[in-house]
Amino acid sequence: MPDTAANITELAKIERSHGYWRSVWTRFLRDKVAVCAGLVAAGLVLMAIFAPWIAPADPLDGSMIKRLSPIGTEGYPLGADELGRDMLSRLIYGARLSLFMGVVPVLIAFAIGSAIGIAAGYLGGWVNTITMRTLDVLYAFPSVLLAIAISGALGAGILNGLLSLTVVFIPPIARVAESVTTSVRKLEYIEAAQASGASSFQIVRQHVLGNVLGPIFVYATSLISVSMILAAGLSFLGLGVSPPNAEWGLMLNTLRNAIYVQPWLAALPGVMIFLTSISFNMLSDGLRSAMDVKQ
Amino acid sequence: MSTPILSAHSLVKHFNAGGFGAARKVVRAVDDVSFELAPGETLGVVGESGCGKSTTARLLVQLLKPDSGSVRYEGKVVGPELPLKAFRSKVQMVFQDSFASLNPRMTMIDAVAFGPTVHGVSQSDAIRKAQDLLDRVGLDPARFGGRYAHELSGGQRQRVNIARALAFDPQVIVLDEAVSALDKSVEAQVLNLLMDLRRERGLTYVFISHDLNVVRHISDRVMVMYLGEVAEIGPAESLYGAPCHPYTEALLAAMPSLDPDQRTMEAPLAGDPPNPIDPPSGCRFHTRCARAFGPCSTQIPPSYTVGRSHVAACHLNSVKEHVA
Repeated sequence: MPDTAANITELAKIERSHGYWRSVWTRFLRDKVAVCAGLVAAGLVLMAIFAPWIAPADPLDGSMIKRLSPIGTEGYPLGADELGRDMLSRLIYGARLSLFMGVVPVLIAFAIGSAIGIAAGYLGGWVNTITMRTLDVLYAFPSVLLAIAISGALGAGILNGLLSLTVVFIPPIARVAESVTTSVRKLEYIEAAQASGASSFQIVRQHVLGNVLGPIFVYATSLISVSMILAAGLSFLGLGVSPPNAEWGLMLNTLRNAIYVQPWLAALPGVMIFLTSISFNMLSDGLRSAMDVKQ
Repeated sequence: MSTPILSAHSLVKHFNAGGFGAARKVVRAVDDVSFELAPGETLGVVGESGCGKSTTARLLVQLLKPDSGSVRYEGKVVGPELPLKAFRSKVQMVFQDSFASLNPRMTMIDAVAFGPTVHGVSQSDAIRKAQDLLDRVGLDPARFGGRYAHELSGGQRQRVNIARALAFDPQVIVLDEAVSALDKSVEAQVLNLLMDLRRERGLTYVFISHDLNVVRHISDRVMVMYLGEVAEIGPAESLYGAPCHPYTEALLAAMPSLDPDQRTMEAPLAGDPPNPIDPPSGCRFHTRCARAFGPCSTQIPPSYTVGRSHVAACHLNSVKEHVA
């Protein structure tokens, strides 16, 4: 008898891999647009990680005579910026800070916001009302304004920018977490778990988390592009990353004076921001539809 | 009757329907419902949609807190006298929606094993027990144990739900429309399974359904509910044979018959039940009752004993008693 039991656990393990995530993956692969977006996003991440090996030149090394060289100048495939630094290298290195400012605040906000939202959604009642109305106060500010206000109060710098962006993203993530949890909580398998005598903590851990984290995560992915654009905006205003660091928003800011001289050059950081945000957005859209189980 | 295994005492549950202070509106989902369950018996509960059947079920298994009244298990009030967690393992529930009642991210074996682990059984023992139970409800654990809810049919899922309830070794199982969503042939199989389990384990059932044929088939006693109140309760045979409440009569008359000569010619009961936010005065059924008379619209009918453990809340019985 014990070896039958072992067989069955073994079999259960095999069957598990055929479960939910596998079907999500199959459906995701069928969505060509999302797969392309995913590849672009992955490429950008790799580019950021391997920047020192890919970049042809030092992003901080300027040359006065090469200032504002056009795209295609020898030795400067994408031209040089207003201080004669190689544009291609700066764009590659810029991915590091820009992606960092796009992803990290969202990840922190995902952790904090989900915890708040799931607790509020599962407990319901007055706990929910108080928590969500408090967050609504923050949510009522336009996100750009809130980020500028917090960054402005704390002063310029990467960490302060990170903090302000995190604060901006907690309320919307908590809201999504709360609404997803509230809808899951009403389902009968939660009632069945309650009828089993399990504690709220056990129910949330075993029955709620697995069913709500996916949708919340997809929503958070869509915020990555927003975070990048906000970070770029902060840098543009001189509140986020400070020169001479390479960051796309900051580059857009410093090159704006050159827009009449070298418009294509000045547009390059904007193209990178656009490319990143659209690929992350389409990736999250694809994930959302792949995770949508219609029975 | 010996000590009832489970009993409801004047259960009341009102839901908020908006408004504050004096303008506050409540849905009187369950209003003063009392009944007792003898060990090993099956009580069928019937009534139209919205009559409070499901709310009663949830009050009975303590998924909802009653506004007033109490549930007793073997005479002990649940909460103050019997700890809730101990009660949980004695009284279990099976829900109507077999898909929604299974966690979509859990394998069937884990779903069944979850209950015992909550009550301190080790993971491996719980898995072993879950395998035995899946086998007992007719699902090969090797084939179905590792599957997810969407990979099973409705009947198979409901078998898993029954196994999950059994995993607690309960004394009472509340079946809330547990077979209503199944195909007729599957429904019959699941009903047979339920009756076999009842015999094997001496289970007590509260069987909620809107299907009067099924209720008659499985129940020892039947309770008819109307707008949150008990209209009539009594042994299945005497209630189906000689109903003592016009509402029960109307429900029975509405039962579809396979005999063309017994065809239902006109709807015995017209319209929808009144709004439970503002139930009719007196007898709540008087607005739709073909035999309403004098006191019906003003006086709340008391419970008349009309037979052996057969009680009906209808003024007509006072007249009958008078005549007799």
